[in-house]
Amino acid sequence: MSIGHTLLGLLESGPRHGYDLKRAFDEKFGHDRPLHYGQVYSTMSRLLKHGLVEVDGIEAGGGPERKRYAITEAGITDVGRWLATPEKPEPYLQSTLYTKVVLALLTHRDAGDILDTQRSEHLRSMRILTDRKRKGDLADQLICDHALFHLEADLRWLELTAARLDKLREAVTR
Amino acid sequence: MTIPAGSLLTAQDLRKAYGPTTALDGAEFSIHPGEVVAVMGPSGSGKSTLLHCLAGIVMPDSGSITYNGREVTAMSDAERSALRRSEFGFVFQFGQLVPELTCVENVALPLRLSGSSRKEAERTALAWMERLEVDELRKKRPGEVSGGQGQRVAVARALVTNPRVVFADEPTGALDSFNGERVMELLTDAARSANTAVVLVTHEARVAAYSDREIVVRDGRSRDMERVV
Repeated sequence: MSIGHTLLGLLESGPRHGYDLKRAFDEKFGHDRPLHYGQVYSTMSRLLKHGLVEVDGIEAGGGPERKRYAITEAGITDVGRWLATPEKPEPYLQSTLYTKVVLALLTHRDAGDILDTQRSEHLRSMRILTDRKRKGDLADQLICDHALFHLEADLRWLELTAARLDKLREAVTR
Repeated sequence: MTIPAGSLLTAQDLRKAYGPTTALDGAEFSIHPGEVVAVMGPSGSGKSTLLHCLAGIVMPDSGSITYNGREVTAMSDAERSALRRSEFGFVFQFGQLVPELTCVENVALPLRLSGSSRKEAERTALAWMERLEVDELRKKRPGEVSGGQGQRVAVARALVTNPRVVFADEPTGALDSFNGERVMELLTDAARSANTAVVLVTHEARVAAYSDREIVVRDGRSRDMERVV
């Protein structure tokens, strides 16, 4: 995820302090990984340097000065461009798992064992996500569903590979 | 296999062949009360045959099945029928509701067959239908409800006798993923709260994710992944 673009997007509804930005980010997107304050301030400095945000005001209090940031026209254009650009699908070719299966076959180990153990590990993760989904709100459900569909795709690959192990053994040991 | 202490239903060294085709080749199984166990494996691996043997529907050629301390393979047909009626519930993929009966009559059917009065049976049935969120369908016939609703009615019917084990063979196989997951959520919630064990045959990982653990059947042999990993 592009933290810079996400923070810019959050500024579109109106100027905010760095702390408010962090809180809004964590609430909407940071379920597992809340932002560090340092990340927020370093990102805002970069956006400021590139003219994508500007300082809308500074409040002096008992502690450090608090800058309020506002998005610029260039920032709005940048967010729009980012949203409209499709993400590159990750094909995961030559995955670690594929390498493990081939190595097991080459070294006459039980590749079926590797696949079974991996399936079990995937299912363990899927159980945790399913449980979180059951207890969570709609945002949680959508986030968990995304992860679950990816794990499910891996599992389908595992099943297909398990069904083709004999042919794969012939091919790699030829 | 060492039988885990406290098991409700166990199978050891099950073998079953249909003519020249080997369906089970030394399969093992165990489940505790209130546990949900997924039986996974490719098509034709023997997982449905394992379920049918565990439920006393099909007799294995050899091996042992023990339910609550009783040897199922030593029972007569009548004893196994009585066991299925009183202790087990069933959910299948297709066509399990009686089309001529209303939904509440379908759910009440196992109680009626066990001698309950119509009023009593339908009152209990309606409570289960409420739990499965299909009580508004009570007067409809199976042909008038959606696939997901029909499957929830079938789950209510499987649970209405308070069985100790529910056997579910691809219970969401005919449903889209949203309805399938809702059925699994309701089935496993209801079973766990009633301490009912669920033997769940599925090839879908998202369905198996509602289980507590899984066993994998391949070429008629089973593998308990909890004891492997």
